[in-house]
Amino acid sequence: MPEPLIQLENVHKKFGDQVILNGVDLSIYGGEVLTIIGKSGGGKSVLLKHVIGLLTPDSGRIIYEGRSIDDMKKAERRALKNRFSYMFQGTALFDSMPVYDNIALPLKERALLPGPEIKDKVYEKMSQLDLHDIEEKYPSQISGGMKKRVALARALVTDPEIVLFDEPTTGLDPIRKNAVHSMICDYQSKFGFTAVVVSHEIPDVFYISQRIAMLDRGRIHFQGTPDEIKNIDDPVVNEFVKGLEAEQDDLTGMDTHTYGEQKFQIEMEQLRSNGTVFSLVLFKVDNMEEINNKWGHAEGQRVLKNFAEHITNNLRHNDTCSRLGLNRIMLLMPDTKIDGARHVCARMTGNLKSADVFGDSLRAGFSFSVSAGFEQAHPDSSMEEMLERAKSDQNKFYDFRTC
Amino acid sequence: MHNMSLKTILQDLGARSIAVLQEMGQMGLFFIQAFVLIFSRPFQVSKFIQQMYFIGAKSVFVIFLTGGFTGMVLGLQGYYTLVKFGSEGMLGAAVSLSLIRELGPTLTAIMITGRAGSAMAAEIGIMRISEQVDALVTMDINPVRFLASPRIAAALISFPLLTALFDVVGIMGGYLTGSILLGINPGAYFGRIESSVVMQDISSGFIKSVVFGAIVVLVCCFQGYTTHTRSEGFGARGVSLSTTTAVVMSSVLILVFDYVLTSILL
Repeated sequence: MPEPLIQLENVHKKFGDQVILNGVDLSIYGGEVLTIIGKSGGGKSVLLKHVIGLLTPDSGRIIYEGRSIDDMKKAERRALKNRFSYMFQGTALFDSMPVYDNIALPLKERALLPGPEIKDKVYEKMSQLDLHDIEEKYPSQISGGMKKRVALARALVTDPEIVLFDEPTTGLDPIRKNAVHSMICDYQSKFGFTAVVVSHEIPDVFYISQRIAMLDRGRIHFQGTPDEIKNIDDPVVNEFVKGLEAEQDDLTGMDTHTYGEQKFQIEMEQLRSNGTVFSLVLFKVDNMEEINNKWGHAEGQRVLKNFAEHITNNLRHNDTCSRLGLNRIMLLMPDTKIDGARHVCARMTGNLKSADVFGDSLRAGFSFSVSAGFEQAHPDSSMEEMLERAKSDQNKFYDFRTC
Repeated sequence: MHNMSLKTILQDLGARSIAVLQEMGQMGLFFIQAFVLIFSRPFQVSKFIQQMYFIGAKSVFVIFLTGGFTGMVLGLQGYYTLVKFGSEGMLGAAVSLSLIRELGPTLTAIMITGRAGSAMAAEIGIMRISEQVDALVTMDINPVRFLASPRIAAALISFPLLTALFDVVGIMGGYLTGSILLGINPGAYFGRIESSVVMQDISSGFIKSVVFGAIVVLVCCFQGYTTHTRSEGFGARGVSLSTTTAVVMSSVLILVFDYVLTSILL
């Protein structure tokens, strides 16, 4: 196991008589996306504020790269702080400054770049976050969703190494919410920053996180991978996760990963007891990154939503679809052999028109590419094994490009 | 039982005294930090100009009105008092010395407290409760430097200038009532001013205005900055309490320091 980038050791915090953190032990590793989940009012934001130094623990230690913050000199603390960025739950935008000045402020005040470069950088971030023609507006003149994105732009404009997101998607519509998740994921893989996200968005955060930590009664009750949290037999974790996890993914309208898995198990039972064969198809949007980079993350999610709708509309009566990840969809086809599955999907491709995917937003240079992998179920296969085999079988399913 | 209640009263008194001393200490450190950071690079020129405009330029009309009417009242009251002793020719000296030594710096400071000080406390208070101050900290921007330093620099320059304006307009107001309405010889009015006002009067008025400027901005910025620590009210109520406390405390401190400075400078 590598050395943690940030380590919280037995951190306690009280406000008056109210105990908020009661011995938190948490490790954050460089380059990972760690999501902190837990009940509302359970101290997740307080925990995040300890990580950046906005709050200091009553007892316990916070260690950065092996050194306790208490042992650091003032200049070292400042240098450390410069590596961080924080996105507040309530956005904390400067309401007496226009949007442009809000985003440019950290660059201007810290004199990180010369004037013209600051302008380019701010406009680049605004464009990436789908923020157009609002630079002159004040935060009170824009919608809640836009405010979130402006706050996100301000957090990312300094190209930080560690970004702390306090409920970055609360109050956003499904497209924007997924766009923010996709952006955190993309930027994280592109720039390699470490992200700590406080969120309630289950299962969406499972798609983007390498590790999940659950805060309960002032302590870290669980930390592990998304797969571990889904499979753990722990009543506190199960109750919390199931309580928040919807049956349907709100972007695509399809089943979530967990419910897709349940349907897979039902089909597998049928196969084992009655010998009813079924097939699995794995769709993957191949050029999601290209779409995100070129047209923005919101457009990427809009295209995915339209594509998912097209699949749903062309399903047969018993077929079911579920979203497995940011750009992966699983289709289960009961009573269908692999050739039948290929046939149905070929018909689906034939029906698919550019307008179905792009809607009104079709522009020159747009491209959309999906691959599909097919696999027929065997009684001894698990879902992971079938998905793995379908992945290796993946071939071009649909390719569209405008000039 | 009697001993217990006496102990409780003493404990309470002690705790309050410590809290007051702590607040004074924090305020002192806040001022020193804000003042020193005025000179840190890069200079915050645009914010300084904005504050000069807000504290200084936008207060000119209010100062013009209050200065004018104060001078006119002094002219009237002074005339009817002096005329009883046959000394109405001294009106110019009475009006100008009252204004330059006392009323100019004091009333100017109180007027700016009401106009700009309350706004400062409310603005910084709202920034505090909506986590904007925390946002500055996370961006490694010193909030005291960002919020208080330009305001203190602007106040230290604006207050003496506005006081000078108050004095001049007040003297002209006295001239309006004393000479134009009540018929004192204008030559006598201005002659008395020239002969009675000495440089020490002007410099003491100047020193007072600088000190009052520092007090007003310090108290108002500090009250706004510490809104979140108020135990008697949170959120919008906390901001309203901070603003009220800022105005009341500034006004009282202006009068207290006026006495202290007068006793030193006389």
